[in-house]
Amino acid sequence: MASGLEQTISAAGVDPMLPRIFRIERVRQDTRDTFTMFLARDASFTFAPGQFNMLYVFGVGEAPISICSDPADKREFQHTTRVVGPVTAALKRLKKGDAVGVRGPFGASWPAAEAEGRDCLIAAGGIGLAPLRPIIYTVLANRPKYRRVVILYGTRTPDDILYGNELKRWSAKFDIEVHVTVDRGVHDWRGNVGVVTALISRAAFNPETVVAMLCGPEVMMRFSLLELQRRGVPPERIYLSMERNMKCAIGLCGHCQYGPAFVCKDGPVFRLDRINSIFGKAEV
Amino acid sequence: MIQSLEPIIEQHPFFKGLSKHHIQFIVGCAKNVRFAEGEVVFREGDRADQFYFVRQGLVAVELMVPQRGFTTVQTVGAGDVLGWSWLLPPYQWRFGARTLEETRALAFDAACLRNKCESDHDLGYELFKRFSSVITERLEATRLQLLDLYGVGA
Repeated sequence: MASGLEQTISAAGVDPMLPRIFRIERVRQDTRDTFTMFLARDASFTFAPGQFNMLYVFGVGEAPISICSDPADKREFQHTTRVVGPVTAALKRLKKGDAVGVRGPFGASWPAAEAEGRDCLIAAGGIGLAPLRPIIYTVLANRPKYRRVVILYGTRTPDDILYGNELKRWSAKFDIEVHVTVDRGVHDWRGNVGVVTALISRAAFNPETVVAMLCGPEVMMRFSLLELQRRGVPPERIYLSMERNMKCAIGLCGHCQYGPAFVCKDGPVFRLDRINSIFGKAEV
Repeated sequence: MIQSLEPIIEQHPFFKGLSKHHIQFIVGCAKNVRFAEGEVVFREGDRADQFYFVRQGLVAVELMVPQRGFTTVQTVGAGDVLGWSWLLPPYQWRFGARTLEETRALAFDAACLRNKCESDHDLGYELFKRFSSVITERLEATRLQLLDLYGVGA
C-alpha cells in the first residue's frame, strides 16, 4: 500500500518534499516590520488564492508563508512576512538574485467560485491582509461575477497599514467599498479609529447572501464572528484562515493538527461550520 | 415637504421593539442636525444634554492630551450612537467629538429624555438596556485595542 507521501507525489507529479529553487527579483520593505519578497515565476508554478508555500532558506530552515500576489500574474509571485523567528530573520537578509527553496503551493483556498453571484465581505487584521490579497485580485478581475464587495482592514497605526497604495486604489473604485481602521490614530490620520469588528457592524452587505472571508489574529476573528453572527450570517458562508505550526505541509507530521484536521492540508482556509466546535477552544 | 422623523427612528435597529407611544415621545425629542467637516459636536467637560445617531459621515471621539494635542480614541460612523455621558451624573462629556467629514445625524434632547425616564420607568429600562449594549460594545472594543492584537506574538 502506498504511503500518504507517495500518494501525494503521484497525484501532483512532483515530490512535495523537494524544494524547487526560485530567485529573488526584489525585496520591498512594506512597513516598519513587514517586507515582501518578489520571486520570478515559471510556467509550472500556479496557485489558488489563500494557499501557502514553504520557503526554505538553505542552511537555516523552512517557514510556511502565504502567497500574497495576483494568481493571474505569470511573471512573479510574492510573499509578505515579518521577522518572527530564525527563518524569517534569514529571509529578511536575502537580496535580489539570492535563491530560495520553495515547496508548494499547499492548502485549501478561498471560496472564489462559491462567492460568485453573492456579496463578498473580506475582513483582515494586520498582516492577515497578505493571504487575502490574492482573492481580492481575483474578485476585482472578475468583478461582474460578484455583487457588493466590501473590504475591511484593521491594523495598529497608520504607519502599519499594509499595501496602503493598493487600498487607496481599491477604495477609489466605485464598485467596491473599502474601510480601514487603526487601533491608535496618530499624526494626521483622518480615518477610522477602533477595532475592525466595529466596521463589520457598519458595512453594507446582505447577510442573507454574503460570503465572508476573514484573516487575522484569532482574537480578532473570534470577535468578528460574533458580529457576523449578530448580523445573521450563517457559519457555512464564513471562511477563515487559521495559523498553526506547519512543518511538512502535507498532513504527515502532525505539527499543525487542529482537532480532527491538519491546517496545512485541510486548511489553512476553513469553512466555519467545519471547525465551529473547536474554534476558539483554548485546548485545541 | 417636511418628513417626520418617526419612520427613521422606528426603523433604526436601536429602537426596535419599543412601543408606539415611546417612539412617538422619542420623536418629539429628536431633530435633524448637520455638521461641516472639522466641526466640534461637543467638547470634553461640557454639559451632556444631547446625544446623537450618526446617519452619514464620521466623527472622532477625542481627548486633549498635553504635548500631543487632540487625540482620537475612537471614530463613530453611520448607524452608530454618539454619546452616553448624558445618561449618568454629572452629565458632562468625558470626551469631545469632532467631525472628520461632513456629518448628518439625529440629535436627541437628553434632558427631556432623562426626565421622561424618571417618570416612565418602562421607557427608562428599555433605553438603559439599549445604551448598556452600546457601552458594552465600546468596552469590548477598548479591551481589544489594549491587547495590541496585531503585534508580533500577540
